[in-house]
Amino acid sequence: MTPSFQYSDPKRGRDLRDAIRILAPPETFKIVHVCGTHEMAITRNGLRRFLPETVDLLEGPGCPVCVTPAADIDTAIAIAHAGATLCTFGDMIRVPGSECSLDQARSDGCDIRTVLSVADAVEAARTTDEEVVFFAVGFETTTPMTAAILLDDPPSNFSVLVSHKQVPQAMAALLDLPDSRIAAYLAPGHVSTIIGTRSYESWLTTHRIPTVVGGFEPLDILYAIALILRQHRDGTAKVENGYPRAVATDGNPAALMLIEEVFETAEVAWRGIGRIPGSGYRLRSRFEHFDARGRFTIALPEERADVPGCRCPDVLTARAVPTDCPLFSARCTPLTPVGPCMVGTEGACSIWFRYGGRESL
Amino acid sequence: MSDERITSLHGAGGELMGELLAKIVLPRFAHRSSGRIDLAALDDGATVDVPRSGDLVLTTDSHVVKPIFFPGGDIGTLAAAGTINDLAVMGARPLVLTLAAVIEEGFLIRDLERILDSFASVLEEVGATVACGDTKVMPPGDVDGIVLNTTGLGVAAHAISDTRMELGDRVILTGSIGDHGMALLAARAEFHLKTTLESDVAPLWPMIEPALEVGGIRAMKDPTRGGLAAALNEMARKATVTLEIDESSIPILDPVVGLSEILGISPLEVANEGKAVLIVSPGSADAILKALRKHPLGTRAAIVGTVTDEYPGRVILGTEVGGRRFLDMPLGDPVPRIC
Amino acid sequence: MAVVDYNGVRTTARLDALPDRISPGDYVLVHTGFAIRRLSPEDGEETLRLFDELAASLAAESPAKPAQNAGDARSAGGEPPNSRDQAATPPASGGSSTSGRAG
Repeated sequence: MTPSFQYSDPKRGRDLRDAIRILAPPETFKIVHVCGTHEMAITRNGLRRFLPETVDLLEGPGCPVCVTPAADIDTAIAIAHAGATLCTFGDMIRVPGSECSLDQARSDGCDIRTVLSVADAVEAARTTDEEVVFFAVGFETTTPMTAAILLDDPPSNFSVLVSHKQVPQAMAALLDLPDSRIAAYLAPGHVSTIIGTRSYESWLTTHRIPTVVGGFEPLDILYAIALILRQHRDGTAKVENGYPRAVATDGNPAALMLIEEVFETAEVAWRGIGRIPGSGYRLRSRFEHFDARGRFTIALPEERADVPGCRCPDVLTARAVPTDCPLFSARCTPLTPVGPCMVGTEGACSIWFRYGGRESL
Repeated sequence: MSDERITSLHGAGGELMGELLAKIVLPRFAHRSSGRIDLAALDDGATVDVPRSGDLVLTTDSHVVKPIFFPGGDIGTLAAAGTINDLAVMGARPLVLTLAAVIEEGFLIRDLERILDSFASVLEEVGATVACGDTKVMPPGDVDGIVLNTTGLGVAAHAISDTRMELGDRVILTGSIGDHGMALLAARAEFHLKTTLESDVAPLWPMIEPALEVGGIRAMKDPTRGGLAAALNEMARKATVTLEIDESSIPILDPVVGLSEILGISPLEVANEGKAVLIVSPGSADAILKALRKHPLGTRAAIVGTVTDEYPGRVILGTEVGGRRFLDMPLGDPVPRIC
Repeated sequence: MAVVDYNGVRTTARLDALPDRISPGDYVLVHTGFAIRRLSPEDGEETLRLFDELAASLAAESPAKPAQNAGDARSAGGEPPNSRDQAATPPASGGSSTSGRAG
């Protein structure tokens, strides 16, 4: 029988639901996850319905598109206006920078292309003499690919606009925010495939909270939640691997080596949160000539102020849910987005709007 | 002949255009007549013989699909089937179509012939004909390749809308969902994907006609742009009911599942060009299903849901694992996601 | 570079980020065009075993079945669990013996 690696059968769903109910904490218990794909899976499968009333499950800064600073988008647009071909992942296309989005810049005549992989961007560079720039957005799952391409003798007309980020630092930073009240973390699946479960040990000394890595199938998520609640019941607080078929303690050494060779850790800004030390990447000096920021003279527009009432910063830090924002579904909709949480396809607000979020069904 | 291209003279109404019509249009359509003054007469208009009773149904569409030639069909197949299907889901037998083309100067005539062949072959399947048409040629760059516009005239014993439904009615899909939209996405060169998945473009009338004869069909819709999600939401809103859908009953082909994983796009939000959604009375559901399944286009037909009043105007999906969530109206063209 | 098949759809995936050697017939997890992990059918089966084990062990510990009403996931049913503020040592029941199993 061909394994499908799809886990959604309803009988096991009921069994895990029962397990979760048995473990239901009497007090409010906030679980935070940091992965847009987790939020997508939770909402699209209607999994919050399986949770006891006391358990809240919120998305933190898990949408790499949502947390890309407006300045990075402005830089990408400026580079495209300077005449380069800008290659980007599809979900960045509609996110507004300070003045407009990549989509609007494309309508204005800029050569902006959607790619499914950085490999496609470098291939585009090989077919032309024009400058081709890859907008390198994404967490640790996506960073090794940019590194691999830069190590593979890219043509001189190719460069990258680096906007990669590291998730564990953001997770630690969230715990230090006032009112965070995070009782447990559901750690991201494929980021963990790369960085390993040991990457989450860092905050356990100061914040004793269960941290369980979860996969993306509906049953994977219910399983990880059950493990979290079991730790809570037992009074333990450790990093637990709820996705062992895809995640190892030490992660993926080949991928980590690629990152290590090309990038060094840097302090970067997260849209809606601010600067977080050690939470991003920059190119090592011997790869500097592939840095798009160095190749183009760019005049950036003034960073625009946040719209009053917009609660993206609170949503991104898991201190509010989309329905807490006064603009949600009133002024702010996927067609008329105000903040990044609504535009990024993996943003909590966008997902809740499109799939019914936590409206009780 | 093989590399000949359309020039501005072909749209000018003169000698060259007459020649073009005589050579490539009339031979394909003139054999079936619309009425006393038909296409072959190349008059300013045409007469149409219509039955004395029933509802006359009219529909119109413009077609701009890219690429023009795609796996499973082309713009000609799409134009003909699309119009026939709009008539079919109103319960109308297609009688005649019009065909207007706006063509970019430089368009290959052999491509035009391929498109006309496709159009003609779809019409053959349903016994309809082209009553009249129009040709315009635009300077290079003023139109992208070719744009087609078709108007279809059909007759229904009693036209069926997309809004009549009652609590307890069942929702039937005539086949697998997402094929056309996903096949076209997969065909985009920049994605480097190889699949045998083809568009499902096909005329629905031959499958729907016997289903109509069973009786009990209350409403119908074809889930084209915006996919099944858009069609269901439109129906739920107009009728102010809830459509409660069981996710695991929706037939979806394996390659569509694969493409949806790769691209991060839901099969429920992309176009279908050979499928229909039917709302039927509970007592007739099984018989209608049987009638649909007898036809090659309907082998995967399935009952997928029920009309309720829990959340008027909304569509609810019972998910495979046992959860529930809203299935909302999609917004804009789906874009592939990173993660 | 490998040719990968997703339910009949073929595309290529680069192998730069994969530590393992792979052969035709292997399963891989792919992200933005690069393979990041080899998956084995055995691991796939093991996953189901983990789900079933957890569900079974908790069901065995809890004599009262959780409330059965449809849509009542919102009600806190079953035995009240130990809260964090209570005993420092975990309960002596089957709970602690299974705590090391996952992962």
